[in-house]
Amino acid sequence: MTEVRLQTQALSRRFGALVAVRNIDFKLAAGARHALIGPNGAGKTTFINLLTGVLPPTRGRVLLGDRDITGLAQAERVKLGIARTFQINRLFRGLSVLENVCIAIAERVGAARSMFYPAGKRTDIIDEAMQLLQTLALADAARLRVSELPYGRQRLVELAIAIALRPTVLLLDEPAAGVPSAESHIILDAVERLPEDIAVLIIEHDMDVVFRFARRVTVMVGGALFAEGTPREIESNPQVREVYLGQAPYRAAHV
Amino acid sequence: MSVAASPADDAAAAAPIENPAARALMRRHRVHGWEALPWLAGIAFYFAFPDYLSFGCDLLVTILFALSLDLALGYAGIITLGHAAFFGAGAYAVGMLATYNIWTEPITGLLLAALVAGVIGFLSGMVLLRTRGLTLLMLTLCTMALLEQAANMAAAYTGGFDGLPSLPIGPVFGVFAFNPLYADTQYLFALSVLFVCFVFMRTLVYSAFGQSLTGIRENILRMHAIGSPVRRRVLICYTISAAMAGVAGGLWAQTNAYVNLSALGLDRAATVLIVLILGGYGRLYGAFIGAVVYLALEHFLAQIYPTAWQLGLGILLVFIALFARGGILGLAEALWRRYSGKLSRRLRAERAAP
Repeated sequence: MTEVRLQTQALSRRFGALVAVRNIDFKLAAGARHALIGPNGAGKTTFINLLTGVLPPTRGRVLLGDRDITGLAQAERVKLGIARTFQINRLFRGLSVLENVCIAIAERVGAARSMFYPAGKRTDIIDEAMQLLQTLALADAARLRVSELPYGRQRLVELAIAIALRPTVLLLDEPAAGVPSAESHIILDAVERLPEDIAVLIIEHDMDVVFRFARRVTVMVGGALFAEGTPREIESNPQVREVYLGQAPYRAAHV
Repeated sequence: MSVAASPADDAAAAAPIENPAARALMRRHRVHGWEALPWLAGIAFYFAFPDYLSFGCDLLVTILFALSLDLALGYAGIITLGHAAFFGAGAYAVGMLATYNIWTEPITGLLLAALVAGVIGFLSGMVLLRTRGLTLLMLTLCTMALLEQAANMAAAYTGGFDGLPSLPIGPVFGVFAFNPLYADTQYLFALSVLFVCFVFMRTLVYSAFGQSLTGIRENILRMHAIGSPVRRRVLICYTISAAMAGVAGGLWAQTNAYVNLSALGLDRAATVLIVLILGGYGRLYGAFIGAVVYLALEHFLAQIYPTAWQLGLGILLVFIALFARGGILGLAEALWRRYSGKLSRRLRAERAAP
């Protein structure tokens, strides 16, 4: 078994009477391409929020490598290499695409603390941001405000900010959500071209995407882990088909 | 890559830093020629309107105060209705030190004003800045009201309702004395203080720190998610903003040679907010434009229609709120963009035509 990058032990989160995440033991390997699927309300986003420290768990632990990070705040986890994207864009809408990425890089390299050195003189940061934008085919939009971009390209900026943090663990919460299917391939191509050594966990509803991208799939139902395996195993698991894939009859053609 | 690269991408690929967006970002902090204009105007005012120099002092103080608010409100998005708390803290610091002859030297006096206001900003900010939006608005208002009442009740030290009149302010550099009848020294002193504070703030907002403040204003949740110590940044920004408001207050006390409760009131806090919104927040020069327009309007409207001059101001504000969210500067910027866009399109068309 390859090195485990991120894992949870008996992780639970309760909201009043609702147990949103129930006793989850989960392992994300280094260099993983891991998909997390499940019906709406299965607790996938809550699970990501527990991994990133947006929410504290009611019970259980989160480990990055050997280190217990359960008590760490979100910002500290980012410094340790956990980055994420959001299901709904969270961008600096009034700023240019280039600035959006520069802010993330400045934060990563610790430049954002400096109060008297012009940001414009950090050509290393601007240069890195431009190169990243090129790899995502966003260079021509660098000068535009994010709010001026079509939604599909805004999703790319969302991804660019996360990549700019040079994470070792990247959590993608439905990266192509809300993007017309004709354009979603741009985002998914970008996801596929991520550096090999990053451990990627992707929440995705589109089964075609999951089966194309993921080397491992975890199914969540009702806040608990339901099944885990290779895409082929998951696809042929009769119980999974019943609770989840059964809801998407069009998949039958692929089996 | 399945996306066809556009020509712009190709050009950028050759040398990423040559991209126009990158160039714009690299040049943004540079000083432009037109930025000399407000200072030239400030010096010209000194020679052109020698009878209006105390009005000029008020204008400079208002600009400085609005500038300090711009750092908190315009850059970091901290919504506050209590900024006069720090203005008042600075004013009373200078006033009380001078009245009891503890400290009358004006430059170090302003530094002390900054220190006092900054400490109050830091301590109150540690508590207040955990909240946002309406709660924050109310809490900042409460902080100011508490300080105002404290100043009112400690009448033995602050003069209470009457304030502290005839402050003995020492000469600048021990040479240039403040003349209570003719505000020439005061004006030049205020102009110099404003210049120093402006240079400081300009440096700050164009730094990576300043850039991260705009990030906090635009999307605080995303700032958390990229690992930014948001609370610390906001607290530092609020403290600096408070200290600068303290300098404005101290300057107000020195140039007028008195302090009273009006330094701490809601009136002053609301006025500075109006000034900044009028001029355009988050833009550095919005404070300048806003203060000039506000004080000029106040002056002329009060002459034309002394009983209800605020009506004119109110109508202008409604107009700004409805049609020009970026204030006067924002409006000018939008018009300029439109005009220059049309112009460059026309030039291109003419060049293309044989």
